[in-house]
Formats: sequence, C-alpha cells, structure tokens
Amino acid sequence: MSVTAPQVPMDLSGDPRRQRRERRVRSLFFVAAALSIIISAAIVLSLAGEAWGFVTAVDPASYFENGWLPRRGRYSILTIVWHTLMVSGIAMVVATPLGLGAAIYLSEYARRNVRRFLKPTLEILAGVPSVVLGFFALNFITPNVIQPLYAADRSNLLAAGIGVGILIVPLVASVSEDAMRAVPRALREASYGLGAKKWHTSLRVVFPAAISGIVAALILALSRAIGETMVVALAAGTSGILTWLPDSSGLTMTGAMADLAIGSDQVTSATAVQVNPFQSLFFVGLMLFVITLVLNVLSERVVRRYRQKY
Amino acid sequence: MTQEPVTEEHRTVNADPTPSATDAAADKLRDVVADRETEGPTGNSTIFGLRGLTVYYADFRAVKEVTADIRENEITALIGPSGCGKSTVLRCFNRMNDLIETARVDGSLTYHGVDLYGKNVDPVEVRRRIGMVFQKPNPFPKSIYENVVYGPKIGGMKGNLDDIVEESLRKAVLWDEVKDKLDESGLALSGGQQQRLCIARAIATSPDVLLMDEPCSSLDPIATLRIEELMLELKQDYTIVIVTHNMQQAARVSDRTAFFTVDVSDDGQRTGKLVEFDVTNRLFTSPSKTETEDYITGRFG
Repeated sequence: MSVTAPQVPMDLSGDPRRQRRERRVRSLFFVAAALSIIISAAIVLSLAGEAWGFVTAVDPASYFENGWLPRRGRYSILTIVWHTLMVSGIAMVVATPLGLGAAIYLSEYARRNVRRFLKPTLEILAGVPSVVLGFFALNFITPNVIQPLYAADRSNLLAAGIGVGILIVPLVASVSEDAMRAVPRALREASYGLGAKKWHTSLRVVFPAAISGIVAALILALSRAIGETMVVALAAGTSGILTWLPDSSGLTMTGAMADLAIGSDQVTSATAVQVNPFQSLFFVGLMLFVITLVLNVLSERVVRRYRQKY
Repeated sequence: MTQEPVTEEHRTVNADPTPSATDAAADKLRDVVADRETEGPTGNSTIFGLRGLTVYYADFRAVKEVTADIRENEITALIGPSGCGKSTVLRCFNRMNDLIETARVDGSLTYHGVDLYGKNVDPVEVRRRIGMVFQKPNPFPKSIYENVVYGPKIGGMKGNLDDIVEESLRKAVLWDEVKDKLDESGLALSGGQQQRLCIARAIATSPDVLLMDEPCSSLDPIATLRIEELMLELKQDYTIVIVTHNMQQAARVSDRTAFFTVDVSDDGQRTGKLVEFDVTNRLFTSPSKTETEDYITGRFG
C-alpha cells in the first residue's frame, strides 16, 4: 500500500458545453416526438367547437331521418354512416381474401425470385393515387364488371366499395405478410417434420401464430377504408338519399364532407344561412376522427393481447 | 484439393501416448463406454443405406460422399465439430433439406431399400414415417393436447384421440406431469418438459424412425439425463438417429457412432465428411483413424 491517495479530489463533472449540447439535442427530438400529439390535439380542438355548434343547432331526432341534404337543412347521420358501412364492408370483403391470399402466397409459397418480383409490384399498387383508382372504379369497374351482372346506377356504392377494397389490398397483404414471416422457422419445421403439407402448415400453424398481426392489419385496413375519400367521391356520386342497397349513388361520411367543402353545396364560410352545413363538416369530421382513433387503439390492443409468444 | 486419404499407417498413433490433460478426457469417455459391448448389437437389419451421399447448398458442398449403413432399433449418434455436416446428413433422412430451395443431393440414400430421393417419393409420406425432434424445443403455440394430436389429425385420424395423447405422453415420460393440464399451452412448460412434449408429438404419428438434432443442447443436465433415459427406452420400438455435440452423450446412449469432420480445401471451401463409423465402444476406445483419436482426446475441437 505504498501508493498515496491524491490530495485534490478528481474532477469528474465533465465538459459543461458538451452537456448543454446533449440537452439541446434531447429537446429537439422531444419536440419532434411531441408534435404528433400536439397536432392530434389541435385537430380535436378545431373540430370540437364547431361540432358542438352543430349538435346544439340540429335536432338529434333528425339524425335518423332519410337524407343528407344540407341545403334543405336535413342532416341524416344514419344515411351517411350506413353508406360508409356498406362501402367499407364491401371493401373488406374484397380486400380480406385477396390480401390474405397474397400474404400467404408471398410468405409461404413463393420461390425467392417470384417474391422478388411480386412484392414490389404489390407495393406499386399501394402507391397508386386514390384519385386514379376512383376513376378506374367509375369508368371501368362500373360499366364492365358491375353493370353486366347487377342493375346498378352509373354512380354506385358497390363500385366505390370494390375500388376502396383494391386500394387496401396491399396494406392487408404487406402487414400480414410481415406478421407471417415473423413466425419462427422452427414452428414450420415442426409441422413439416410431422408430415404436414404446405397448406396445412400455412393455415394451421403459421396463420394462427401470426393472428394478432393479421387482425391488426385488417383493423388498420378498415380504418383506412372508412377514411378513404377520393375513390368514394368519384365512384359513388353525390346523392344524399338513403339507399339500403349498394346499387345506387350515395354519400358516405367522407363523401359528404368532400361534397360540402368543394361541391355544389359549397360552404366556404360561416354566414348566417349556411352556418349549419358549415358546422356539419366539423361534426362529421369529428366522428371520423373518433372512429378511426378507436379502431387504431383497438388494433394496438389486439396485437398486445393476442400476441403469441413463440 | 481433396485431402490425402487417411491410411492404415495412422493407426500407430496410439503406440506412443503422451501423458497430458487431453488423455483425461479420453479416459473419461472410455469409462463411460467401459461396460458396453464392443461388438454392438447383431442381427439388426439396415434401415438407411447411404452410398456416396453428397449435399450441396447452391454451389456450396456441405458434406461429401458419406457411405454408411444405419440399423434398425439402434441408436446411432452423429458427432463431430461444427460445420462437419452431421445435421445436414440427418436432415436428408426425412427430406427436411427440401425446405431449403437451393439444397441438392447426390449419391444415394435408401430407406428400407427404397431410394428416398427417387422420383415418386413424396416427402410428406416420408416425414410421416420418420419423425424429428429439433435442437430447440419447438412446441406449437397451442395446448398440450393439440400439440400431440397435430400429427395424427393431419394424417387423417378421426374420432377419439385421447388414447393416442395418453399413450404418447406416457412413452415420453411426461404424462404424470401434465395429465391435469392438457388444455394449457405447451409453451407454459419448462424447457425439458417442452422437449419431451416434442418427442411425444413425434411419437404420436407412430413413426418408424426418430431423428434428433441435438435434442439436449438447450437443456440442463437433469433434463438431459431424462431425455437420454427416454431414448434408451424408445429404442425398443424405434430406430433413433441423434446428432450431438456432446461426446459423453454419444458414449452414454448410442450403439454406433459416426464421426464427421471438416475438410478445408486450398481455396478455403469447407466440406464435411464421414471419418469413421463404428460400434460406439470401439470408436471411443480404439479409434482406427487419427482424426477421430484427436477429436475424442480433445486435441482437435
């Protein structure tokens, strides 16, 4: 023990300039992260005030009458919600089998070079602007696919539903394929080792093991379908009359908003006469916001709740 | 370049044993096999015939020209250093290598005299007769019951599967531990229990052969011992081929042992090859090849 302890305590407090820089960088990243919350809050706030004005001015009983006709003071929430349900329901009927089929093929069946070609193609489909798909639904799907089989108007909710369905196929396929590829190889080998065929392994082992990711993909796709505007605005027309079947034109929630904001029922400012139509925009917008928020939270829950450890 | 063939001269290496720590390892192995027969079981017929079996992954030759006969109702151990191709060979027996797109097989491999890689052989049919247990326990994320009946169900078995579940779990010495919680997830079991569940799952399809790819490498010594005891029991009904890193394990359970090693060519290509295949006792007490001797004494690992 010949070494003597240093008389002066060592200075370990570090360079203050470096510490200040660290703090600045930290707050920069914090702002970036916080911005999404701030924007969401700002949206809710901006919607809530005018939406409240709408709720107090319009008799809630009229929500369930027939027809969304703002110029005539008729605000049937039932009409636009039902149309939205039909469009997104049809979209899910189209997108679920196509998307999951594509995902199972890509993840379990496709040879490597097929996959290398197919996956980017699918992603190109995801990049098609929705206005193009809306035009496709209106000018191709309606006259060539729907009308030969089903007596539908030129503008109809069925075409809109199919168009939205095509739009969300890549979303369903890509997210659920990721979930299936994340299933460990060991589980597939266990199944093949027991003499299982490929389809059996895919459907009985890989699919259930990936179910949480797949359900999350479907919920996300549904929320996207509900919020989709352009396809619906082009393909489903602007009729505000309630239709129980998808054979005729009809406004969905998003369609009604687009129509109010840019269409014949133009409302650009809150003048006395137009105050209700103007405010209805905010009310519908808030409803959409809440619905998609609930769906997204739900998908988050599903992922966490049903995630299988493997 | 191919390595110079190992010739008879190399057998003299035993004549001048150098006293060192490495001999302790070899002595221990000799102790383990001391009470085992030197001649091995007789009268068991060949189940797998390997003739010049060579496996490629794309351009990479993983293992070359393996020739051996594996016999029924015996435990055959495949040992050797990492990369020597022992797992690759094991995965040929149930055509598991088919799952790798680039895998290709040369030479011949017969099962009860039938060419396993013949034109009209369906790998699915092969795997129903030849079960496999993997390195890491891999129960399905399903109930214990569902895990066991998976094989019989896909094999088209209908009706009451309870008997199969009980029988398989009993054979895998797991029944008493799980009989009251068959509905619980297989993943809730301990590692050793999971591996026995995987063995029960493999047995449930009544296979002819059990392939085991380092089945104890992720288990603790007690669980390992239980699996080894289980293997010795299962030998009555099944042929077992086991890949293991653990020479003690090979010495403890196997009737015959195949020692593989790696050839490194001049251009750095590593290829596995079979060095020696013999009755376990003989392989560990008086190996005929220098490479085997070096490996079991720990001079090369």
